[in-house]
Amino acid sequence: MSDPLALRASSETEAAAFPALLARAEHLAGAVLLGAHGRRRAGTGDDFWQYRPAQVGDSRRAIDYRRSAMGDTEFVREREWQIAQSVMLWVDQGASMRFTSDDAIPQKIDRARVLSLAAAILLNRGGERVGLTGTELPPRSGRPQILALAQMFCRDDAAEYSPPEHRAMIPHARAVFISDFMGDIDGVRTALTKAADRGVRGVLCHVLDPSEEAFPFTGRTIFQSMGGTISHETLKANDLKDRYLARLAERKAELQSLCALTGWRYGIHHTNTPAQAGLLWLYGALDARGVAA
Amino acid sequence: MMVLGGIGFTAPWLLLALAALPILWLLLRAVPPAPIKRRFPGVALLLGLKDDETVSDRTPWWLLLLRMLAVAAIIIGLAGPVLNPEAEQAEGNGPILFVLDGSWAGATRWPQQQEAIDAQLTRASRLGRTVGFLTLTRPDTPVFQSADAWRNRLAGLNPAPWQPSEEMLVTAQAAVEGLGTFDTLWFSDTLDYANRDDLLELLQERGTVEAYQTALNVLAMLPATYEDGAVQLRMLRATAGEEREIVVQAQGRDPAGNARILATATATFEQGATEAETAIVLPSELRARITRFDIAGQRSAGASTLSDDGLRRREVALISARESREGLELLSPLHYIEQALAPTADLIDGSLSDILPANPDVIVLADVATLSEGEAAPLTEWIENGGMLVRFAGPRIAASDISRIDEDPLMPVRLRAGGRSVGGAMSWGEPKGLSAFSNASPFFGLTVPDDVTVSAQVMAQPDPTLAERVIASLSDGTPLVTRKNVGQGQIVLFHVTATAEWSTLPLSGLFVEMMERLAVSSSAASATVAALEGTTWIPRRVLDGFGSLSDAGSLPGIDGPALVQDPTGPLLPPGLYTSGDRTLARNVLTAESTLTPTSWPSDVPVRGLAVAPEQPVVGWLLSLAILLLLADVVVSLALSGRLLSRSNAPATALAALMLFGAPAADAQTAAEAFALSATSELTLGHVITGDPQVDEIALAGLTGLSDTLFFRTSVEPSPPLGVNLETDELAFFPILYWPITPRQPTPSAEAYVKLNTYLRSGGMILFDTRDADTASFGASSPNGRKLQELAAPLDIPALEPLPADHVITRTFYLLQDFPGRHNSRDVWVEAADPNAEQIEGMPFRDLNDGVTPVVIGGNDWASAWAVNAGGAPLLPIGRGFSGERQREIAYRFGINLVMHVLTGNYKSDQVHVPALLDRLGQ
Repeated sequence: MSDPLALRASSETEAAAFPALLARAEHLAGAVLLGAHGRRRAGTGDDFWQYRPAQVGDSRRAIDYRRSAMGDTEFVREREWQIAQSVMLWVDQGASMRFTSDDAIPQKIDRARVLSLAAAILLNRGGERVGLTGTELPPRSGRPQILALAQMFCRDDAAEYSPPEHRAMIPHARAVFISDFMGDIDGVRTALTKAADRGVRGVLCHVLDPSEEAFPFTGRTIFQSMGGTISHETLKANDLKDRYLARLAERKAELQSLCALTGWRYGIHHTNTPAQAGLLWLYGALDARGVAA
Repeated sequence: MMVLGGIGFTAPWLLLALAALPILWLLLRAVPPAPIKRRFPGVALLLGLKDDETVSDRTPWWLLLLRMLAVAAIIIGLAGPVLNPEAEQAEGNGPILFVLDGSWAGATRWPQQQEAIDAQLTRASRLGRTVGFLTLTRPDTPVFQSADAWRNRLAGLNPAPWQPSEEMLVTAQAAVEGLGTFDTLWFSDTLDYANRDDLLELLQERGTVEAYQTALNVLAMLPATYEDGAVQLRMLRATAGEEREIVVQAQGRDPAGNARILATATATFEQGATEAETAIVLPSELRARITRFDIAGQRSAGASTLSDDGLRRREVALISARESREGLELLSPLHYIEQALAPTADLIDGSLSDILPANPDVIVLADVATLSEGEAAPLTEWIENGGMLVRFAGPRIAASDISRIDEDPLMPVRLRAGGRSVGGAMSWGEPKGLSAFSNASPFFGLTVPDDVTVSAQVMAQPDPTLAERVIASLSDGTPLVTRKNVGQGQIVLFHVTATAEWSTLPLSGLFVEMMERLAVSSSAASATVAALEGTTWIPRRVLDGFGSLSDAGSLPGIDGPALVQDPTGPLLPPGLYTSGDRTLARNVLTAESTLTPTSWPSDVPVRGLAVAPEQPVVGWLLSLAILLLLADVVVSLALSGRLLSRSNAPATALAALMLFGAPAADAQTAAEAFALSATSELTLGHVITGDPQVDEIALAGLTGLSDTLFFRTSVEPSPPLGVNLETDELAFFPILYWPITPRQPTPSAEAYVKLNTYLRSGGMILFDTRDADTASFGASSPNGRKLQELAAPLDIPALEPLPADHVITRTFYLLQDFPGRHNSRDVWVEAADPNAEQIEGMPFRDLNDGVTPVVIGGNDWASAWAVNAGGAPLLPIGRGFSGERQREIAYRFGINLVMHVLTGNYKSDQVHVPALLDRLGQ
């Protein structure tokens, strides 16, 4: 799926199933801009949203006397929530992502691109500014940005395992990293600590093929990396299973602890599960309090 | 040969090699499987892991077993196993003569006989004995050849539809005389025939004789006869035995012309009887359609009998001018002819106008002089369609002016005024007798009795055509019966009365025979030598030994008496014979036939046909070994992970194809495939212009439009197709896109017929001259001129520029413009009803018409719609974002157009919504 249009079409399909993604902005200076579109819920903004009966705890200044004067009840005038936030994406384009164990299962990179672009579309629709980490495509709003993102996602990287791009992160913005995290974990650590330094919070989406979780191999086998540069031979592949799985679990635990340290969310997505499930999780992770808190 | 447990081995010592199998087991077990190369991103996590033990995996025991089985199958196969090894029969090494009766009696069990012969040939082949064949129904000098050579020819042996005759046996004896010593295998059909014992003696002198015959009883059917209003059928069996019931089927054609069983009946052989009878009662129409009777379950010529004119009774309508007076039956003009025809024909009375719709075979007019115009015309038509009109003279004809000056169309000759009478009281001379019938006459061969005399007749005018029309004349040469052919039918005039007033002819037997010869009545039931004298019969369809009819080809004609008398044989095969209008069936059996079973002398061993033939199983075992080895290849590949890896998929598919044979290709013709692909889903089509670039863009454009429809609407088309106007069916496509190129060929006349049918039956053609930026219609561009030329033969209604309230503007999207790559407003559709007026308060005129059959424009829509294989626009439109907007509008036009074709004026109906709401009382 290296074609930007096809990629965009499938991402649109995924995104169509969701209401606009409501990212909660952290009220920190510099990162909050008023967006062009209403949030369709009460919040800070200029436009009238609704009247509601005043409740205990509402300040008196909030009471709209013109409306309240029409009856005995006191009403509060609510305004529509209008804010925009920058979200930066990083999708691992390395060779290791171009792997699938079965023709019926998409390559990891396909799934990663679809997920990230779908999230981008949702954010874009909600008025957020979406871009890539690094200097190539800074966050912008508007439909053309989706096309530009799709274009960028279609560029394959020749490296076996590419480390997360952590340059030019906008302070207090949000970030999404999608990768299989099979390479050196130091790159991830550097990126996350740097992000934490700048107040950037985000989501780490770990995309794995089912065979990478199950290790269903037996017999005499030579394992090669996708680029063919790394190989490992074994006489009894099934003997390696337990130790491989232990190492994988260790890797996951490490990522999880990194996230816990830096205030990121960590999630695993398997390519044999529907993309909707992944997007749903991403939606929840970006939407909510977990990051915002 | 050594026999082990019922299986013989030709090379038993090879079996010792089986002892080597355990060694093979140990050897194969030691070899480890080859490593598998696998792409796996998780290898980074594997680096540094060591194997616990260095011992490699072993080949699985079941794979070893598979291989051992393959090797064992090869060893056993090479040892030459033979199933059912035949215990050696009478030793011998000389030649063997196979004597076959080869008659219809063996046809039912012919396949079993073939198998028995094959088994004996196999045995002869193994013993190295030469073999000769002698078929008694087609005797020929036997040639001794190797048994294998004969096996190839075995399928060519067929039973003959006759029994060996005496002459054939003599020929066979003569053929055997010249041979040396040999053993004989006699495959008998269980029926006895003359001179068989002589041949048997002769063969026994030359060597041993063994007989093979089936235990089956031979059944046969005698020719069907028609008596007492029913078809009588008699069946014979060769040996009397237990009571047995058989089913007889009457086969024929149903009114639609399909062969089917028209009636069935059961007949029972009583215990100890060799004969059974049954009768089938059928209406005459049904009876006339019967072509043959069969005994169910029998497949021989003797068990079926063909039907002929004997069962087909003709319908004869009798009409006389004079009202018959009560009590004077003998004077009725129709009395004698009724008597002559009643036994063999169905007679109809009535007026001519009542009779003609019943379409009788023959109409007899006795002394009817004139017919009204209203009767003559349908009568002439009936004759031209094959009817036969037989007229008799009489006082009225003699007195009338019919056919006097000009030949009447319903008379064969012109007549002289008054007629003549000879031998009467007032005339000189004796009553005249008949002269012998000439060669050309249908009556040739009938004997003329002396007592037939003619005393009065009507006289034929001498004419150039008279001589050829006379088929019977008096002794002085004056015509007595004349005939002419009209269309497919004929008109026959007897120059005498149908009563005994003018001649004694109606009183004689000759009269009946003449009626038979003219096919006025059918006579096959009484086909006798005398009645057939002088006729020649041509075989039309002949039976083979199995009882199936085939075309007779160029077999020579047979003399009438010979057809009845002679026994059937190569010169007189049983079948259907015709002479003129008459059809006669010669069946295998005649009414006098009997069936006699063979009796073999006690020194001839008689065997049944059921033999378990020797069956070499070498081929099977070696095939099994190859299959096992192939399975081993597949399993080995699967074990090493190479079977289904993606890089090997084509190779695997190829191997599977080789293993299991290519799927039956070409099961459907190309036309069927086209129809299936065009109709399984809605499909858009474009006319193939012959210009590859235009066709490519048209297809790409329709692909883009189909995708857009799929994405945005509930219309989900399958990929579009190019349509060849000359060869492809158009009806599958709701809409055809027709780009115009100046050089495209003009469709043929047939293609225009198809196109007009297509347009009239609701199809739509979108003509696109693709030149809207250079021409706004008319003949000012080459494409415009070509369009005019192409569309001239089409059935296109009056057109008008697309009005702003046309339903196309709102079938899906609301549109004002219809751009393609160009943005011209000149789009033409069928003109609206001139009376349609805009109603006050309605946004649209009420144009309740159908779908416009054509839309003509020049905006090059296909280019705007065209997408490449990846779904991206193929060609640039306009400039920048406004170009994209134009492309979007072009897609919307395409969607509206397809919606218009599919939903017609549905959107137009919405103008009635206010009126409907009003009617509902709101």
